[in-house]
Amino acid sequence: MSTSQGGRKIKVKRSLAYYRVRRILVKAVLYSVLIALTLPIIIMYAWLFMQSISETVLFGFIPSNFTLKGWRFLWQSIKFGEVILPPIWPVVMNSLIIAGGVTVIEVSIALLAGYALSRLNVPYREPLLLLIIALHAFPGITLLIAIFYLLNSMGLINTLLGVIIAKAALEIPMGTWLIKGFFDAVPWDVEAAALVDGCSRLKAWYKVVLPIVKPGIAAIAIFAFLAGWNEFIFSLTFLLDPRLYPLSIHVYQLIGEFRYIDYTLLAATALFYCIPPLVFFVITQKAFMKVPVVGVRGA
Amino acid sequence: MVSVKLDHLSKYFGSVKAVDNLNLKIKDGEFIALLGPSGCGKTTTLLMIAGIYKPTKGRIFFDDVDVTEWPPKDRNVGMVFQSYALYPHMKVYDNIAFPLKLKKVPKQEIDKRVKSVAKMLQIDHLLDRYPRQLSGGQQQRVALARALVKDAYVLLMDEPLSNLDAKLRVMMRAEIKRLQKELKITTIYVTHDQVEAMSMADRIAVMNEGKLQQFSTPDELYNKPINVFVAGFIGAPPMNLIDATFVEKSDGYYVDAGSFQLKLREDLGKMAKKNLTSTEIIFGVRPEHLIISTTPAEPDRSIEGFVYVLEPLGRDLIVNVKIGEHIIKAIANPGLTLTPGQKVWLVIDYDKIHIFDKKTEVAVI
Repeated sequence: MSTSQGGRKIKVKRSLAYYRVRRILVKAVLYSVLIALTLPIIIMYAWLFMQSISETVLFGFIPSNFTLKGWRFLWQSIKFGEVILPPIWPVVMNSLIIAGGVTVIEVSIALLAGYALSRLNVPYREPLLLLIIALHAFPGITLLIAIFYLLNSMGLINTLLGVIIAKAALEIPMGTWLIKGFFDAVPWDVEAAALVDGCSRLKAWYKVVLPIVKPGIAAIAIFAFLAGWNEFIFSLTFLLDPRLYPLSIHVYQLIGEFRYIDYTLLAATALFYCIPPLVFFVITQKAFMKVPVVGVRGA
Repeated sequence: MVSVKLDHLSKYFGSVKAVDNLNLKIKDGEFIALLGPSGCGKTTTLLMIAGIYKPTKGRIFFDDVDVTEWPPKDRNVGMVFQSYALYPHMKVYDNIAFPLKLKKVPKQEIDKRVKSVAKMLQIDHLLDRYPRQLSGGQQQRVALARALVKDAYVLLMDEPLSNLDAKLRVMMRAEIKRLQKELKITTIYVTHDQVEAMSMADRIAVMNEGKLQQFSTPDELYNKPINVFVAGFIGAPPMNLIDATFVEKSDGYYVDAGSFQLKLREDLGKMAKKNLTSTEIIFGVRPEHLIISTTPAEPDRSIEGFVYVLEPLGRDLIVNVKIGEHIIKAIANPGLTLTPGQKVWLVIDYDKIHIFDKKTEVAVI
């Protein structure tokens, strides 16, 4: 097929209908793949929710016999024969303390370290950054004995502070690496302007640079909170008093310690476990994610 | 308002000499421009004056006070960056007020000064906006306001007009010049645009590869460039620079460029002979100093050639004239009717020619 345009023939390879159908087909294939990949995750969460409000679940996620029995842990202690699990709220408080502590320590140190790596003349900066990534690949479990020994010598075994310090120490390198990228994106001009306007280096960092990297702070805060909230192995190893157990251990106790598993209770507890990080995420989003597009033109 | 002195100022980045042995004396209230191509060291010099870069060698004085070791916050300079560098998380009011807040100026005084400088720059209606909500020209004014509000000793400007459109640039040039004259603040202005420098500055420091080439008034730079670099950099279109030989004959002194020969005036020939280190020279003449004739002119002081290309600019007509292997640009009246291939004669004004020693590149005439 060809058409004439001022004496020169334009070759029309395919029809308009072909391109339209092709566009629809491509979209259909893409959506099918995406749905196939996300469907298991959606079904899992659907199961979790359905199981938490019904005694049995048919065909994976259809509830039957609606009940709120699974949520009884909110107002009473759970009893399994002779064993009584502690009430949920002090357990939640333990998790919040650990997660909050890890967040505060990690964010404070990562902000300073990330800025230094981004802006200051740090010797061997590139090898140091590579080392940070390499160290992060280390599974924490391999350091368990060494950390136990360290915490024991500091008198921090069986304390929430010991768990916080150990967890934060392993999370700081990644947080630093992440926030460094955000600092790199802040134009040097803006900081130089702050210095000329009358700031010291530290003041310029605090008053000008930090507000610009708020999204980065939100990102590492969320990661730090999740790391602390999900912390299990250090809590299991370093906490001996059940009154100090966080939610991760509590959920584990619902599965691992008993032959009989109350799935309704388990699902409700697990669902309840997801809520605080979601709340934290929403709060951090609102507070930090108003991205100030740096007011520059050209360079 | 202070005078600024740069004494043997140098800045090296490893083996790269960004600024090399710069000596400048800037008078109190003077507007000077640092002019040169990209990478010549003008911004580095500015940043050293601001205190952001520490000099490798040399000293910086404000009046007679050595400020070389002072941090930027203590030098009381106002600076406008090429990118404006406004604080994106602060409103315009807070951007301008920031230097005063850091100085712990009382709130009422801050309010008075911010509003006063905003009114002067006609941005008083924008105080409640964020930088991202402003146009380029408005952002530039805010940056200027922030630099002026603190009553600085020296105003430093790093190519502040380069991100504006041509029309706004021309308007702001006049505005900045007027403002500087009104406030009488010592101003150091970095630019690569020679038109900007020539139209705004009292004196211009032309730099190349970290070294100062010439520090003079625009008039002197234009009429008496000290070397080939300055001659070629100043002027638009740039000066015609042609390799030639200085020849002394029995009847006088000549410039021989191969494709043409010109007889020099006696006094000019003697001056050239006295100052040249060899017979190899560079002959320079500005396009606007050549007169195009369509009829044969005096052979000793005219060059015969053919019209190669015409560049009509509306106000002027740039005529590219081919003489042998050389192409010389001349500016003609737009009313002159020429056609490519037409024979023309370029008449020389001896008061407007330049001769440079090819070896040293220094002007001898």
